[in-house]
Amino acid sequence: MTDTEARAAILDLMADYCHFIDDNRLEEWLDFFTEDCVYKILSRENEDSKLPMELMSCLNKNMLRDRVLSLRQANIYNIHTDKHVLGAVRVLGAENGVYRVRSNYAAYQTNQDGLTELFGVGTYHDRITFVGGKLFFKEKIVIADTFGIARMLSTPL
Amino acid sequence: MRNEPPITWPASDFSRVPYAAYSDPTIYEDEQARVFRGPTWNYLGLEAELPGPGDFITTVLGDTPILVSRDEKGTLNAFVNRCMHRGMLLKRERCGNAKNHTCIYHQWSYDLKGGLIGVPFPKGAGGHGGLPADFDRKTIRLHALTIESYRGVIFGTFSDSAEPLVDYLGAEVRHELDRLFHKPLKVLGYQRQRIFGNWKLYNDNVRDPNHGGLLHMFHATFGLYRLSQTGGAKLDARGRHNITWNSLGTDDAKITDKGYEGTKKVLQRGFQLADMSMLRYEREFPDDVSLVILSVFPNVVFQQIANSLCTRQIRCKGIGEMELYWTYFGYDDDSETMTAHRCKQANLVGPGGLISMEDGEAVEQVHRTVLHERDKHARVEIGGKGAIHTQESLVTEVPIRGFYRYYCELMGFPAGQAAAE
Repeated sequence: MTDTEARAAILDLMADYCHFIDDNRLEEWLDFFTEDCVYKILSRENEDSKLPMELMSCLNKNMLRDRVLSLRQANIYNIHTDKHVLGAVRVLGAENGVYRVRSNYAAYQTNQDGLTELFGVGTYHDRITFVGGKLFFKEKIVIADTFGIARMLSTPL
Repeated sequence: MRNEPPITWPASDFSRVPYAAYSDPTIYEDEQARVFRGPTWNYLGLEAELPGPGDFITTVLGDTPILVSRDEKGTLNAFVNRCMHRGMLLKRERCGNAKNHTCIYHQWSYDLKGGLIGVPFPKGAGGHGGLPADFDRKTIRLHALTIESYRGVIFGTFSDSAEPLVDYLGAEVRHELDRLFHKPLKVLGYQRQRIFGNWKLYNDNVRDPNHGGLLHMFHATFGLYRLSQTGGAKLDARGRHNITWNSLGTDDAKITDKGYEGTKKVLQRGFQLADMSMLRYEREFPDDVSLVILSVFPNVVFQQIANSLCTRQIRCKGIGEMELYWTYFGYDDDSETMTAHRCKQANLVGPGGLISMEDGEAVEQVHRTVLHERDKHARVEIGGKGAIHTQESLVTEVPIRGFYRYYCELMGFPAGQAAAE
């Protein structure tokens, strides 16, 4: 696969990732991750102070599955739809077949009255890898500039 | 001063809470004066956040910005975070280290004890301008408040008539703080949650052990907290603070199923987490208590949920909005594994908490629904009416009544003559 082909595949993965959240296809969204994946949402405030506490941390795909299960079965949250707007994707490099990718996002939430609020902006720091010819997130670290969470952090960023 | 109280409390046992208390803007202003700047002790932060000389943090008391600063000798001082010149916010950073506190607006500079040490161009320029002849910088000090630490937890008061902190906390609360803060801390980080409801609605929420096993389905489904477990709500002698506690795994299946009968989805049998490690409790206290939600009037909650430890500070942002400021900690001697476990377990709480995220929704929806209601009130009688005292079960909301008894005393709100019917 050429760099151009790899880049095109990465862009597809990034776009699918956002659309699957926005379309509330979270069970299928899980399939974008490797079994040993790490998914974290970090507060920029803690990052800047080098403090370890996360806003959300899933240290493997099972923990991500549990997040989705909990959202579906146990959690009550503000009724809303999500909309992600992805910024330009930067492929920073690749080591041992793992691509380092960075992009900004804006996440909006629309409530039952049809009113939309900006829920947050931040940056995805991703490590993306090919397994069996298909791309997966091995690591997705979401650094939230908007670390003052409006209401609650329910659906993933 | 007002002529007559804007609201009255219909029941002498505080089992009715007038909805107007959550939304009347004149009450909000009064609360800032009578509750937050009144004879109460307010949580400001942890000493572990500013361990060294010159370290400072900025925080709030109610909605008043506060600067807590450790001087060269290690003594803590706290001030209104405002320059005495023209009211500029003196320190803008969340935390830091400073040799002195200098205002960015006109460079007025204060020592770490709050005394004014310098004003640029005191004699003006070229014989003109500058300070008047009678300006005496020694008389100008930052507006200080009284602070005291208990076990490294910093509380402050604006009032000269507040009880000593140890008496204000009382034996029951001190016991819990002795337990939670029994050795040096390590701060692990912060979370901020903006909740669109009145600050008292959150105080109600944490004094309501009943909702913990009903709203929070994750709790009931995965057995961390069920209303059928051994637990209760301990009140201090005045009933203004509350300690909700329970012990994991103490519920009887029959009583549990009977109690949750008819609640549909709250308690769900047959669900398993794919990764159960998050729920593991590494016993670290000399008792079987696995959950403590300690609420100290008026602005703080101390939390132990298994190994997830934190403080939650209520920061007022007007009558209909508050920030919940979560400060997570472990202990200085925690292994790396334990720190990682505490971080993993923090998934349970905070704005993204598998257990706690619902509270933001409940508070907001109550606030919106009772807005502008003048004659109606909430009914608070689970756990019984009448006397306000420690509860031996989690199926109770009596601590809410204790909160409002003290609140009304501070606010000068008369209570009704009779208990609610």
